[in-house]
Amino acid sequence: MATQTATVGTRRTGLSGAFDALRSFRMAAWLGWQIESNWTDPFLFAVYSVIKPVAGAAILVVMYAVITRGDFSSPVFSYILLGNAFYIYVGQIMSGISWSVIEDREHYRTLKYLYIAPIRIPFYLIGRGASRFLTGSVSVAITLLAGILFLHLRLVPGVIDWPLFVVSWLLGVVMLAMLGLLLAGVTMITADNVYVIGETVAGALYLFSGAIFPLEVLPSWLRPVGFAMPLSYWLELIRRALLGPVAEGFPTFARFSDGQLLGILAGLTLLFGVISVLALRRCDYLARERGMIDRISNW
Amino acid sequence: VAVTAKLSPPALFLKTVIARAYPRVVAQHRRQRSWLLFEVILPMLAVSAYVFIYRAIGAPEEYIGFVVMGGAMTAFWMNVLWGMSSQFFWEKETGNLALYTIAPTSMMAILLGMALGGMTATLLRALAIILLGILIFQVHFAVSSFVLLFLTFSLTMVALYGMGMMTASLFLLLNREAWHLSNLAQEPVYLLSGFYFPLRSFNFWVALGASIIPMSLGLDAMRQLVFPVGASLGFLSVPLELAGLAGLSAAFLLSAHYLLSYLERVAIREGRLTDRTR
Repeated sequence: MATQTATVGTRRTGLSGAFDALRSFRMAAWLGWQIESNWTDPFLFAVYSVIKPVAGAAILVVMYAVITRGDFSSPVFSYILLGNAFYIYVGQIMSGISWSVIEDREHYRTLKYLYIAPIRIPFYLIGRGASRFLTGSVSVAITLLAGILFLHLRLVPGVIDWPLFVVSWLLGVVMLAMLGLLLAGVTMITADNVYVIGETVAGALYLFSGAIFPLEVLPSWLRPVGFAMPLSYWLELIRRALLGPVAEGFPTFARFSDGQLLGILAGLTLLFGVISVLALRRCDYLARERGMIDRISNW
Repeated sequence: VAVTAKLSPPALFLKTVIARAYPRVVAQHRRQRSWLLFEVILPMLAVSAYVFIYRAIGAPEEYIGFVVMGGAMTAFWMNVLWGMSSQFFWEKETGNLALYTIAPTSMMAILLGMALGGMTATLLRALAIILLGILIFQVHFAVSSFVLLFLTFSLTMVALYGMGMMTASLFLLLNREAWHLSNLAQEPVYLLSGFYFPLRSFNFWVALGASIIPMSLGLDAMRQLVFPVGASLGFLSVPLELAGLAGLSAAFLLSAHYLLSYLERVAIREGRLTDRTR
């Protein structure tokens, strides 16, 4: 019995540990996909996947059209549309990871069982985010497609810097997953308002990240917040990769080369990654100590 | 039996309304102070993003006021969506729905209590957002008629929460899809109701179709009444919009009454009141 307890309680390291982490990630991604998609038939799910992002983008399109009298050929419009389209990942990955804590703890009431299962919780949470990444990717693609088909968004395959796009896109996804872990940790130890944490934080970051307007528009005392956000550099890189020289004409990051921006993004991703892992460990400890792993607020 | 014998039906109805409204007002504000951060300050930051986009594209200043007002009113739509429509889904999940059903009182009273409690609590949040808008963005309001403004706001709330009560009865039958359907009704309604731009930006027929959502007409009428340029950007005249809101209020409340009693019977017959398939 003692031997068995020791075996169960010991975390495997090395290759076996990596296998455990990968298995946690894979099963969580599969579970997340089932939760996201099997609540209805495929047709309604497809409609749901299209309407939400298109409506979100259409709000900005109408706002822009009302003021500029439909000048969609302006680079400002491409700036706004691309920023808004890729910001969908923030809501899906970052908020999605923190939301999975709420779902598992409060709704499905399985978080306590997950804790005693032989899985790695951080990798499980990232796996849950992976399914959101898939649905988010569909939404981003639909938004871009609508922009190309109906709103003169010029994405020319020959102009796109594909290596820069792929590298920045992947780095951004990793960065969002790290931020998601940080938020998941906070969600674990937050007593009230857990249901709105992810959405409100994503909404607040919308302001500081320069997603839909250059940071110069913010008051000077707020700009440093935007410059400290990895999201700002990520969105700038995505714009540069997809639009080419047009995006470089915007003043915010004009003094930085692509390589410098990539370096800053990588550095900030690493920094936020370390902070997130440490914060998650601390929050996990506090949540266990305070008996919050199986807490149900019945809000 | 003893309890119901002591109270007349109207008194029991009123007591139920107060009892259900109480936790929404007290629990959310006195016991949970963090609402100020999560429901006022952080949403205000999101609203600010829309203000700055207007500034980035050189919009006239009155549009900033439109955004702040729209941002404040989103609190009511969110409350109707998550605190009314899908509330029975949560109540089912937590086991309260069956208790509501067997309680010797009216389900309409429970819904009304939810609505009044939610409305009061949300009004506080909306006012806080408007106050922050005035302080941060120097939004100037010039109310042309307080009476009409009060009437418009009241009718908007009756129609909006009536709509919430009606959809809540539909949600009696739903399970996991309830969450997704509520989620789906966010951005499209923000778009169709013109939360961040005048309703008139749409062509006439789209705007007319969007008027089935009470917030569209209510917000448009209120903007006409509180901003000097509001009337020039309004969709219909204020009296016409008030008449529309009155019609929607009556239609939604009556529908809520009939749907609730019908769907409650269906839910009981099919055993869905305690069905937690998740």
